[in-house]
Amino acid sequence: MSEVLNFRFLVDGEDFTSAGQASVKVKKNLRQLGISPETIRRVSIAMYEGEINMVIHARGGVADVNVAEDYVEIVLADKGPGIKDINQAMQEGFSTAPDSVRSLGFGAGMGLPNMKRYTDYMDIQSTVGEGTTITMRVNIE
Amino acid sequence: MTISKLCSVLDAKVLSLPDDTREIKGVYIGDLLSWVMGRAKADDAWITIMSNINVVAVASLSDVSCIILAEGVELDDDVIATAKAKFINIISVDKGAYEIAALLSREL
Repeated sequence: MSEVLNFRFLVDGEDFTSAGQASVKVKKNLRQLGISPETIRRVSIAMYEGEINMVIHARGGVADVNVAEDYVEIVLADKGPGIKDINQAMQEGFSTAPDSVRSLGFGAGMGLPNMKRYTDYMDIQSTVGEGTTITMRVNIE
Repeated sequence: MTISKLCSVLDAKVLSLPDDTREIKGVYIGDLLSWVMGRAKADDAWITIMSNINVVAVASLSDVSCIILAEGVELDDDVIATAKAKFINIISVDKGAYEIAALLSREL
């Protein structure tokens, strides 16, 4: 396999209004690499949902995007509170987001399900009190 | 239908129109942003009453052709500036989401 391109972003946990900047940047980078619009759409939505989750729940974190020959990998790592019950968190409509976040149109309990929906592979490693690392891959058609 | 045609059909107020040749191929209505990202399709017109800065990111990432703000909702100047910079079309229409969708269904 040819070399893997890496983009790394620090996700600011304080700033809700700038959430999504990393995803928009990734979208632009992937477009320059000639990746198809539908693949870019899937990657950038999955990453944005992850970014928003890190802002809402974990006071930010680190997002790594690795572009290989046949897939794009997104690794989101935070030192937040962790997820108590991953199966429950994966259910559409389940949310622990505060009301302040809901009033912005987030917190509908669709973030993790969307990440699953738009990716070909998703793995969640989470320890309560230590943090969460989510790895997602979208195959390049 | 192009966004220019859409503006005249809806008698819309233009807030940001950097990409006025963009085609509209469908419509999605919703205010919960993750639902929009999960269900809206690329090239849809997205009808919403949400007006915070995050709608610009959601529109960009979902690749919708424009945001239609229903009920005459207005935007803060900084949101409009961000939309223009990110190449996102946004119009405001002084009608409810149902009425807007009904008008569009005759054209699509």
